[in-house]
Amino acid sequence: MPELPEVNPPATPLPVPHDLPVPHDTSARLELTETGEWKRVSPKYVLVEIVGTIVNAVVVCGGASLLWLLLGQTWALWVGIIVLVASIINLVFEPRRVRSIGYLLREDDLLFRRGILFQRFVAVPYGRMQLIDITRGPIARWLGLADLKFVTAAATASVSIPGLAEADAENLRDRLVELAESRRAGL
Amino acid sequence: MSETAASVPAPLAAPRTDLTDGEWHRLHPATPVLRGGIFMVAIIGFIIANLRERLIDLFLGEENYRGDPIDAIYERGVTGWALLILAGVLLVIIGVFYLSWRMHTFRVTGEIVEVRSGVVFRSNRKARLDRVQGVNLARPFVPRLFGAARLDVTVAGQDGNVQLAYLGSKLADDLRRDILHLASGLRQAKRPAEDPAAIDAEWTAAPPLIGPVNVPVAHSAFGDVASARLTAFRTPELDPDAAPPESVVRIPPGRLIGSIVLSGFTVFLLLAGIGLIVSVFAGSSGWVLVAVLPGLIGSVGYYFSRIAKTLRFSIAGTSDGVRIGFGLLSTSSQTLPPGRIHAIKVSQPILWRRFGWWQINFNTAGQASGGSTTTTTRATLLPVGTLADVEKVLQLALPGFDTDRQRALVENGLLGGRKRDAGVADFFSNAPARAVWLRPFSWWRTGWAVSENLALIRRGVLSRDLIMVPLARMQSVRVSQGPIRRRLRLASADLLTVSGPVTASLSVIDVDETLVLFEWMSTGAVRSALADTSHHWSRAEPTAHDEEAAE
Repeated sequence: MPELPEVNPPATPLPVPHDLPVPHDTSARLELTETGEWKRVSPKYVLVEIVGTIVNAVVVCGGASLLWLLLGQTWALWVGIIVLVASIINLVFEPRRVRSIGYLLREDDLLFRRGILFQRFVAVPYGRMQLIDITRGPIARWLGLADLKFVTAAATASVSIPGLAEADAENLRDRLVELAESRRAGL
Repeated sequence: MSETAASVPAPLAAPRTDLTDGEWHRLHPATPVLRGGIFMVAIIGFIIANLRERLIDLFLGEENYRGDPIDAIYERGVTGWALLILAGVLLVIIGVFYLSWRMHTFRVTGEIVEVRSGVVFRSNRKARLDRVQGVNLARPFVPRLFGAARLDVTVAGQDGNVQLAYLGSKLADDLRRDILHLASGLRQAKRPAEDPAAIDAEWTAAPPLIGPVNVPVAHSAFGDVASARLTAFRTPELDPDAAPPESVVRIPPGRLIGSIVLSGFTVFLLLAGIGLIVSVFAGSSGWVLVAVLPGLIGSVGYYFSRIAKTLRFSIAGTSDGVRIGFGLLSTSSQTLPPGRIHAIKVSQPILWRRFGWWQINFNTAGQASGGSTTTTTRATLLPVGTLADVEKVLQLALPGFDTDRQRALVENGLLGGRKRDAGVADFFSNAPARAVWLRPFSWWRTGWAVSENLALIRRGVLSRDLIMVPLARMQSVRVSQGPIRRRLRLASADLLTVSGPVTASLSVIDVDETLVLFEWMSTGAVRSALADTSHHWSRAEPTAHDEEAAE
């Protein structure tokens, strides 16, 4: 745990060329450095995401084509095509997206990450836990997977780890509850 | 006030009321009438609407009321039945009121506040005292006339209130104090009989206690009622025995009215008015005028209600936290124990800049999400004030946050920015210049800092904002980056707190610095939560008077 100084020093101007925008380079990615081994979710979770995307695409495209064929609305055709293309692109990247989901139990907090294009890192201290939710959708249940949700008092700060094997989810829940008990704080 | 102030002070550490003995107690006998206020108004309105003619004639003396219900009853000769039914209805109403009063009981023990109510559908609410987020003493206009007050014990969660409505005004004051004392971890009953010196030391700032303690105020003699009401109506909301009598800030009514007039709503109104005039001159038909004008006129009422709500605003520090009072006709006084503020925002809309006015809002876990008007006033620490006022209020809200550097940090956060730091040290870590692509006006003010257990975020130009989040209260930290920010080597960060008017988000930050922020916030949150003991705030550290008492 780094010792925090009383006031952080003024931001040091970074050695950036003045011509904007800055050319893309690898270090522009958000990447936590000091962390340990990220735990990944089950690879089978890709299937859940794929089915979800397909169902979504079928519903929207079906509705759009109905509008187009029965009511002669041409804009519906374009909406349908756009959704179809987006869904196909989505499907291509699905495995990588699922691989990017990770969590890590640090000493005092839970780290969570997800996303490639839109990256997100969340740190939640164990002591802030209000409850833990385990949910199973129909396809996830068929694959033996479960989603675990770590709920805090904040309106939006729940961390949701999808696609854990059911036994893992239950172990993780018990572990998190145990950790939270030993670090119980007020709100 | 002054004539009663001379009476003997009671031992202050002892419970002021006998309501905290863990037994079940009843509320003010007039409770059902006051709670059913709207119902009564509706009935009276119905009667008046039906007997309008007869009532008018009663005064004018002309007999011209054929065909109204009373006439019909009289003509058919069923007066006896009608009276019987009326009596029956009255009896039933009284019976229901009495029953609901009998069944509505509450108790306060060392651990909990509990309320039972309901005749057919029983309900039971219990709040743990160490989870109390705030105690709100409200006096709506009509109950206030009758000398009754409502005590809300707020716990976390949406609509997490244990409501004691209604209590006698004085009784409610005392009960609030006792509940706060119990919640603070002082076990009143277990404290040994103390020497008066220690008590005096504890209450040096407070004037002597008002009124004899053992008079059951809820059942005060009827003759005094009128004069008592009048005094109660005139006295300021902060009761002087539990708080230093005067508020730390004074808001002149002129400034308050000015601040409400100079709001975004006014700009909207002006634009709407201009649009209206233009449309009329452009030759549109009159229906636009007819449709919009009543709305514009009605908005005057908005100003009046805003002003009436925030008039007589006061804020003061008590031993049990910050006390905020406001309201002209319906008053409310909220006590926030230490460590219950989850985020603070000091802001200045652009219209206020010329006058140097600032506003302070905050998040607590106990804010009811329903009833937007009450929420907006409740979540305000300072409706409008100068820089000096801001400083005073922040001292109350963030005790211990007043070293010179920290004060400089706040000032920097309010007024400073990257452009101005030519000679002056700017303590904030600012967004790099390339953030101009995403925040063309405010990039130079976007920055963050951490000082001890407090995270600060500075942002905004149109509305200058400084957001402060106590790390012990922060729920989690999130950093994120999309493709555009990645190209610019930027990222964004959010400090997530309980919901409220304040959102602590930093929209642009250098990508390398993001990792520093993430590390500091996450470790800082854990560390300050461990050090935090504010759920039993008085037990946390033996204060001066506790040590004296122990000697």
